[in-house]
Amino acid sequence: MKRTEALVQRLRNRFGDQVVVQEHHGEVTMTVDKDNYLAIARTLRDDPDFAFEQLIDLSGIDYATYANRPWPGPRFAVAVHLLSLTHNVRLRLKTFAVDDDWPTLPSLIEIWPSVDWYEREAFDLFGILFEGHPDLRRILTDYGFVGHPLRKDFPVTGHVEMRYDPEKGRVVYQPVTIEPRENTPRIVREANYGDV
Amino acid sequence: MAEIKNFTINFGPQHPSAHGVLRLILELDGEVVVRADPHIGLLHRGTEKLAETRTWVQSVPYMDRLDYVSMMCNEHAYCLAIERLLGIEVPIRAQYIRVMFDEITRILNHLLNIGTHALDIGAMTMVLYTFREREDLMDAYEAVSGARMHAAYYRPGGVYRDLPDEMPKYTVSKYKDEKRVKELNRAREGSLLDFLEDFCERFEGYLDDYHTLLTDNRIWKQRTVGIGVVSPEEALAWGFTGPMLRGSGVAWDLRKKQPYEVYDQLEFDIPVGTNGDCYDRYLVRMEEMRQSNRIIKQCIDWLRKNPGPVITDNYKVAPPPREKMKTGMEELIHHFKLMTEGIHVPPGEVYAAVEHPKGEFGVYAISDGANKPYRVKLRAPGFAHLSAMDKMARGHLIADVVAIIGTMDIVFGEIDR
Repeated sequence: MKRTEALVQRLRNRFGDQVVVQEHHGEVTMTVDKDNYLAIARTLRDDPDFAFEQLIDLSGIDYATYANRPWPGPRFAVAVHLLSLTHNVRLRLKTFAVDDDWPTLPSLIEIWPSVDWYEREAFDLFGILFEGHPDLRRILTDYGFVGHPLRKDFPVTGHVEMRYDPEKGRVVYQPVTIEPRENTPRIVREANYGDV
Repeated sequence: MAEIKNFTINFGPQHPSAHGVLRLILELDGEVVVRADPHIGLLHRGTEKLAETRTWVQSVPYMDRLDYVSMMCNEHAYCLAIERLLGIEVPIRAQYIRVMFDEITRILNHLLNIGTHALDIGAMTMVLYTFREREDLMDAYEAVSGARMHAAYYRPGGVYRDLPDEMPKYTVSKYKDEKRVKELNRAREGSLLDFLEDFCERFEGYLDDYHTLLTDNRIWKQRTVGIGVVSPEEALAWGFTGPMLRGSGVAWDLRKKQPYEVYDQLEFDIPVGTNGDCYDRYLVRMEEMRQSNRIIKQCIDWLRKNPGPVITDNYKVAPPPREKMKTGMEELIHHFKLMTEGIHVPPGEVYAAVEHPKGEFGVYAISDGANKPYRVKLRAPGFAHLSAMDKMARGHLIADVVAIIGTMDIVFGEIDR
């Protein structure tokens, strides 16, 4: 994978110690600080050395229970997948939202318009706020939904269920009646368990 | 002078040409769209959340239900992600089978798209023809996996089982007499590969038929030429992929540019459009079907000559064969651990993308070393396409909104997830 190695080299030369660049599984991940996020994103699109014309995906991540242990750093992160058609390489740009109670990040909407719905989705599912986004509404969940379902402290069954009430003649919400159930427990084995 | 006000209407969520449950709020000035605000999420099933609570393999069937007209391609991206995290090789025969079924899926998807798109904007006949061919391809799905649509055929490490030596056959019933059954079973006497070969031969002619039905059809051209024009720069900025991007003249196809499986050993061409309107995207899809047919033929040739394993022999990933499991202690333990606990995937994160019929379908998987994913993000092509609805529909007539929805190839399973 020569293209990715060259990209790692270019990223390190350009951004120096502002960023952490790693290569795993033939994919390049660059972690940046919240403060540099917007400026670096702009360079990545505009500089012909990088020319990331397309924003493919933006995904929120909640690291709260990673490896079944308390997570030391900030809990919420955003991973942006960029694609350069010119150089035929991909880049994952990761940023942590510093405040766990009020996670905010700058919006990329000025740079890549395609980020619009992805940021709305990350806000809806994780509660990450994007400063500068013109229309940060919920997108996937119901009108009037409470909570952010992909956070690790949100149960799979949810908090409320909906049914038709024949007496009131309308749909009502009530606390869930489903018992939470886990058929296969989640296990993280110690290193080298079973010689894998 | 009379006061003129804009008019807001609800398009959907139960509109037949909304292709599912799209609720579109249209602000109209007369018949011209001033603003289009799609409300999505009516089919949201929380696939990403559910995947976090299932073992890696248990989520494969959920992938079928994302884009429910191109099932196997979704599985493909998910399996690629797991395989890349595990660092395992897939047997070459399994790679050819996957490529063959990816292309069958592409034809399935484009047939549905072109059929329903034409139906939406007034060409009733088209859908009857395309669904006839879809039936044959779904029979191929059924022969190989037992299910016509939700196959769950691709598994991490390969495919579930080898191609069958015989096809399911029709039987005489009160709806089908002996003569009809004989006619239907003519291509089904041999193996699945014989059946597909026969289909490939016939399909070239079918494609020519479709061209005579639509390509020079005056009404079809009036409804699609110059509608929903997207420039190459806009297509890139709005995150378009697949036929939506190629229709605007950008020659970008992951099968060529970042080949996965055995696409680099197969011969096929990438069609691109020039004007970036609905008509060009239609032509791109038509030509893609012809190219898919070419790829399927090459795969059939190769698969006939090269028998071999179709799933990895790493028993920590894929279950051992039944006979071995019944006689060997090691294999029995492996089987038990796999069935009760599942695969342990090493910590890390990958983004695996495939050239899905609608565009780039990607799976961003994060593992923390557990038997379940820590996070799975599904990048659906339709999500990016629909987000540009407002920009594409603005200034068009309300009837053109239907043409634009059709050309986007919207399927709500993948958009709402």
